[in-house]
This record gives sequence, C-alpha cells and structure tokens, in this order.
Amino acid sequence: MSTPTPRAWAVRIGLRRGVIEFRHMLRNPEDIGWNVVIGIALLVYLVTQRDTVVPGSGGLTLPALALPGILAATVLFGMVMGPAFALASDAEDGTVLRLRTTPRGTTTYTVGVVVGQMLGALPMLVILLAPWPFLLGSPMHQGPGGWAALVGWLVLGTLAMLPIGIVGGALAGRPTRVMLFVMVPVVALAFISGVFGPQTIPPWAAGVVQVFPLYWLAHGLRSTSLPVGAESLELGGAWHPGIAALVLLAWAVVGLLAAPAVLRRRNARQTASALAGRVDALLHG
Amino acid sequence: MSAPGNAAVRVAGLRMAYGHHTVLDGIDFAVAPGEVVALLGPNGAGKTTTVEIIEGFRHRDAGEVTVLGIDPARGDDAWRARIGVVLQSWRDHRRWRVRALLEHLADSYRPYATARSVRPRDVDDLLARVGLTAAADQRMATLSGGQRRRLDVAVGLVGRPELLILDEPTAGLDPAARREFHELVHEVVDRDGTVVLMTTHDLAEAETVADRILLLAGGHVVADGSPAAVARQVAGPSEVRWSAGGARHVHSTHDPVAFTRDLLATGDVEDLEVVRASLEDAYLEIVRRHEPGSTRRDLEVAR
Repeated sequence: MSTPTPRAWAVRIGLRRGVIEFRHMLRNPEDIGWNVVIGIALLVYLVTQRDTVVPGSGGLTLPALALPGILAATVLFGMVMGPAFALASDAEDGTVLRLRTTPRGTTTYTVGVVVGQMLGALPMLVILLAPWPFLLGSPMHQGPGGWAALVGWLVLGTLAMLPIGIVGGALAGRPTRVMLFVMVPVVALAFISGVFGPQTIPPWAAGVVQVFPLYWLAHGLRSTSLPVGAESLELGGAWHPGIAALVLLAWAVVGLLAAPAVLRRRNARQTASALAGRVDALLHG
Repeated sequence: MSAPGNAAVRVAGLRMAYGHHTVLDGIDFAVAPGEVVALLGPNGAGKTTTVEIIEGFRHRDAGEVTVLGIDPARGDDAWRARIGVVLQSWRDHRRWRVRALLEHLADSYRPYATARSVRPRDVDDLLARVGLTAAADQRMATLSGGQRRRLDVAVGLVGRPELLILDEPTAGLDPAARREFHELVHEVVDRDGTVVLMTTHDLAEAETVADRILLLAGGHVVADGSPAAVARQVAGPSEVRWSAGGARHVHSTHDPVAFTRDLLATGDVEDLEVVRASLEDAYLEIVRRHEPGSTRRDLEVAR
C-alpha cells in the first residue's frame, strides 16, 4: 500500500467524516423529520393539483411548472442554509477548535462538512423525484437525456450555492446570526424567484432575481423538463440555458475562490479564549 | 531558572497585548524533558493566552518561543502531530459515539508515524486506559462531565504526543472526578515520559500534579520552582513561636530549621511551634492583588 500524502489523507478521512455526519443526520429525527414532512407535504400538494391547468401556459399543469422550481429551492435551502448552520454551530460548540488541534484537521473538517451537507440534501430530492414518474408520469419530456440534464443542472446549482452557504456561515459565526443574515435573505429570495413557476415572479422583482442562482437553476431545470411553448412564461419569453449555465458557473467560480479564504480566516480565529468569550457572552449578556 | 538546551518548551521575553491591555509583559520560562509543569494564576492572568501561543493558535507581539525545537508561529502539521492539546469546556461532536470519534481523530495522525513513534495509539487500548471501555458505544452527549474530560485526555494522547498541553483540565469536575484525572496524568507521565504543561487557577491542583509551578500574575512569572520553593518565594518567612521562662516569644525567619536547632540548644524552651509559610495564603494574596477590579482601581489611582 502506497503512503498517501498528508493532504490526500486528510481529504480521505474528511470523506469518511462526511459519511458519518450524514448517518447521524439520517438517525436524527429532527433533521430527517423536517425533510420528510416538507417533502411529503409538497408532494401531496402537487398530487392534489395535478389537474390544475395554469392559465396562459398553453395547457401546462401546476405541478409540471412548479416541480423544477421546488427542486431548485431544495438545492438552495440544502446547500446554503445547511452548511451555514453547520459551520456556525460547529464553531460555537468547539468542533472546529477540536479539529484544529489535530494535524490537517481543518482540511478534514471542511471536506466533512461539504460531503455531509451534499449527502444531506439527497433525501429531500429523492422524496420529490422518486415517486414522480409513478404518480404523475415522467416530468422529463426529453426522456433519459432529460434526466441526465436534470442531474447536470442540480450539480451545477450545488456548486453555485454551496460556497454561498460556507461564506455565509463563516461570516455569520453564530447560529442566531445565520438566521438573520443567511436564512432571512434566502427565504426572501425564494419568495420572489418564482419557485412555483415563472408566472409567480412579481414584475418588480424580475431584475433582482436574475442576479442570483436560484432563478437560473429553476430556469435551466424547466428548459429541460417542460415541452416546447412553455418558454413564453419565462422572463424574456425564451429559453436561455446557456445564460443559466454561465450565471451558475460564475457564482461557482467566485464562491470557490472566496470560500477557502474566508474559511481560513475564520478558522484562525477559533481559539479557546475566543470560545470562552462567546460562552461568557451567552451567560452574562 | 535553568533553561537546558534540549528544553521541550522555551519562552523568553514573551509579550502580548489586546489593544491597550497588556496581558503578558515579558514572560520567561522553560520546560525540560520529562517535566510536569503547572502554569498557575488567577483568571485573566494570561495563562490561556500563553498556552495558545505555545500551541501555535495565536500570534504573539514579541519574544522568542520554541516548542519541540520549532517556533509555533511556523509549526507545520508534522510538528502539530507531536503535540497533544486538551482544551476547556467542550460540548462538540454530541452525536458521535465515543469510539468512532476517537478513531476518526486518531486517523489524522497516521501519516506522521515514525520509526521511533508509532502513531496513532491503539484506540481500544487508550479507551481502557482512561476507563471508557464500557462507554465506547455511547453518544458523546450522554457522557458525564468526568467521562467527557477523560475522553478529552484520550484525544490529547491519541497521537502519542511528546508534549501534552492541558488548559484548565479539571474546571467544573467534582472532587472525585478531579482526583481520577490527576491520577491519569501521573500515569501518562510515568509510563511514557510525556512532557506536560497545564494551566490551572487551583493551587491544590498545581501542588498535586506538578513537579514545578510557574505562578503567573500581572503579566509576569512571579514565582518559579517546586511547590515548596514557590511557597518560600512568595510567602516570605516562617514564624517560630515558643515560651521561655514564662514569656511568649515570636521570631520570623527564612530558615526555621536552623533557627529552631539553635533555639533548642539554649535549653529552656517550652511550647515550641513553627508556622510555615502558607502557599495558599500567599497565592490568595497575589490573586487579590491582581484581580481585574483591583487592577482597574490601581490604574485609576495612577492617573
């Protein structure tokens, strides 16, 4: 057996760490419970609406229009809020500091968070996607190629959104601040981005939502799954998968450059006295 | 204060200030191989800051620091692998099982094994040594304070460190758990010759565990030596009291043994009593002098 380099070794045990963290999520009723409840609630809603035709859509049903946006929002919530809360609470309870005391522990930790959170978003996607072909027929009018494109969009969306969560969690520092500075903007963005279909985007928000990856991920997914003619509902009235891919890629590149730097800076601040200071502030302030 | 050439830790002229508040104002000390040294001082004396600098987690303003031959500010991962750290008040990894966590952290030491040092230690062996075999499959959240602390020590030891640094290791433990912890540290040192540097604000703990005490107050090392020597340094002279010919006498001396020998040689002595310098009184006096409140008052007077 060849000896791996210290960095390769740290990445390998980071992968293992991510899998262990994911197993903990699966066994934790609070974590998995929310996924199941929200996923099933959405599914039930869409099934009951399966014959509702959206006016002006040329005969498209509500579920067909809404599912891509719901998938995009699932990626957004999972990849932004998940890592942000994980980073903040791991900083607060001393997990980051514990890993800092081991050689290359911060590499191990970071890989663990990324892997654990990516795996953690899977149950919700499975709940939303797996029953779909049986309940409502294939949402992919392009067949198997459409399914491959869907996976491609989800991966691209993950790459665009995960670094936002990491930067947000590292900058916020505390779970309560993640609520304010990450969760509130993300929920607000989801509200105006047309998660249930592009026809639900308020006219005043059209410019704003096109800056962020959520609209473009949903747009890309719709361009893959909806039949010809559905583009008339989109902002601009046409499919722009190229622009969607470019916007997501731009967010991914900027994020993947920024996240390691922000993370290094915040990890360097994880010391016992900083931790004690926070505990003190909690107790006395 | 001797500083042998092969010191595990050597600190000279260490200075550190947060804003205008000077925490360390020129600290000098060395820890020799095989030594157990307690950094004793009141809260806010800069003990944690000092060990954080030694661990390489904090930059210093000035001074020379060498830990296992390397400046911690430039310590790499191979250097970090030779140091075990036990920090204060954890509640991390609550969902992890005890053995799984220790195995995970042990794994990170594998690339740093050398011919002389097998890294990491065997996890089950280590769990047995800290008395956690029965709790190995428990979740971290279910451990008692004492169990948690023993696991922290196991984590500190799992990489077979040459230097073990413990920051306030028994804060919040009940007396029984505290005693168990002291025995554990003794065992580690006796078996492996690991150098131990621990901080504590508890004098009794420093006396029990350490070969040598460094008393830190007001940003300086105000005493350095064995517990008895520190008592002499900070506590001043002992008192010898006796009666002779119906009269009471009190004499203050730094060398009560010699004085008493001479006194007894004179014959006519009754009711002899030697009151030794109390380390505890001296320590409490120093703590009182350097409490944050009183420092602030001093500053205001100085203005």
